[in-house]
Amino acid sequence: MADGEATIGRLREVFPAAVIGSGSMRDQHWVEVAQDRFVEICCWLRDDPGADYDYLVDVTAVHWPDDPQPLEMVYHFYSYARNDRLRLKLRTGDGGPVPTLSGLWKSADWNERETFDMFGIHFEGHPDLRRILMPEDYTDFPLRREFPLYRG
Amino acid sequence: MDHVVERHPDDPQIITINMGPSHPATHGVLRLVLRLDGERVVDCVPHLGYLHRGMEKIAENRTYLQFIPYTDRMDYLSPLAANVGFALAVEELLGVRVPPRCEAIRVLCCELARVGSHLLWLGTHALDLGAATVFFHTFRDREWHYDLIEDLCGARLTTSYTRVGGVSWDMTPEWLGKLREFVDGMPARIDDYESLLTTNTIWLQRTQGVCKIDGRTAIALGMTGPSLRAAGVEHDLRKKRPYLLYDQLQFEIPVGTEGDIYDRYLVRIEEMRQSVRIMDQVLRSMPVGPWHIDDPKIFLPEKKRTLQGMEELIHQFMLITEGFDCPSGEVYHSTEVPKGELGFYIVSTGGRSPYRLRIRSPSFNNLATLPHLVEGGLVADVIAAIASLDPVMGEVDR
Repeated sequence: MADGEATIGRLREVFPAAVIGSGSMRDQHWVEVAQDRFVEICCWLRDDPGADYDYLVDVTAVHWPDDPQPLEMVYHFYSYARNDRLRLKLRTGDGGPVPTLSGLWKSADWNERETFDMFGIHFEGHPDLRRILMPEDYTDFPLRREFPLYRG
Repeated sequence: MDHVVERHPDDPQIITINMGPSHPATHGVLRLVLRLDGERVVDCVPHLGYLHRGMEKIAENRTYLQFIPYTDRMDYLSPLAANVGFALAVEELLGVRVPPRCEAIRVLCCELARVGSHLLWLGTHALDLGAATVFFHTFRDREWHYDLIEDLCGARLTTSYTRVGGVSWDMTPEWLGKLREFVDGMPARIDDYESLLTTNTIWLQRTQGVCKIDGRTAIALGMTGPSLRAAGVEHDLRKKRPYLLYDQLQFEIPVGTEGDIYDRYLVRIEEMRQSVRIMDQVLRSMPVGPWHIDDPKIFLPEKKRTLQGMEELIHQFMLITEGFDCPSGEVYHSTEVPKGELGFYIVSTGGRSPYRLRIRSPSFNNLATLPHLVEGGLVADVIAAIASLDPVMGEVDR
């Protein structure tokens, strides 16, 4: 079974209204979910024995400036027991806010800080949301598309 | 520096001290702000970003081929492994697979990089804990490994050896002979390092039972690589999600039981032996045949043919100036580099550059576990903990 495919099928059964879209490339499946059920879905992904995603591999975002909800959160999960990966997406407006996952997976802590640092997305409930790579007094969000590579 | 030494206004027992960013034991530019109660660490706050070069932003403005040199500069102790990881991710996006000889070449690169990276880790780790002799032994052999890398691709650090669809040039029989000497010589050298440390009383006292972490906590914190395996989790991407030729090779995944610094030491030592074993097998059955894909739209033509054929000249010109187009879509591909799981998440909207390139760096996530490891312990163990995680700041800050 391809990565994430079975889980997305089950997500459609358990949270039929919350699954907004899904797709795949090279046997890697992704699913986009609605923000109002996002935390609930993440709890399910971690705690349901059939999902069992105990490792949050990565948190990042992609900026699509022309879209009504320009920021796309991208989470990669992995289940050690099932050797399965899942890519979860969540759309949000400029600056968020997006609920933090640091209470569910501790590895979200620094990765969310980096996403905040680079995209300006606020994570609600994050214990320590500070810039991590850029200086504290920096004002821009470099990975947004409008941020130029060259200045001057 | 805003914190050098500072006393807590309410509790003068608590002292805040600053460690780094330029400190020999932080292995690069890492700054820690430590609050101490006597010798005990109350809390530890890492400050990063001193080596941030905005690689993910740069990637959006470069062709896929042009990004390869940047992968040298992430984990600069094992650039070959990052070169391979990135090439594999782009090939996954393109949907191409390189021929067996190229896969064998890349396996040799990955394992040579692992030995080299662990040699530096071992030398500096022991030096940090006061055992200077080990450093001289490992650096002698690390020089041997760098001579091999220099012979292979002309550079010691900035290897840029892989290409999408292949490598920059084939491994010659002479070079493979030199690698054979290295593979035959290393096991005795690894025994030498072990004779200096494995039963050394001072080493045992500094590492056993120190900065322990259990498997569940390590997973929750996102730890990967040898440190995770030392915590008893038998997980290695080369076994669990095989790429290249790894599913055809015989090797073992060393795991620890205690999850302390000593186990991380034992795991990495054994990993060096397993890497040598893998290289030995590949050398014994080195596939012959092409060492790159046969697609002139992706892989550069041989240089001398560009001087004779019009078509080859055009292909070279187009690949260098324009790059090649990738299909639109997105892939995540990760490899087991010496530090852990190095993942590349590429979002493409077609065209010659990624729309977004995300680098999931193992050192960044491993370093995030540092406060958990050191809080409540002794300040002297902070040094040991950093070395045992083996972070490379080039990869943390990217």
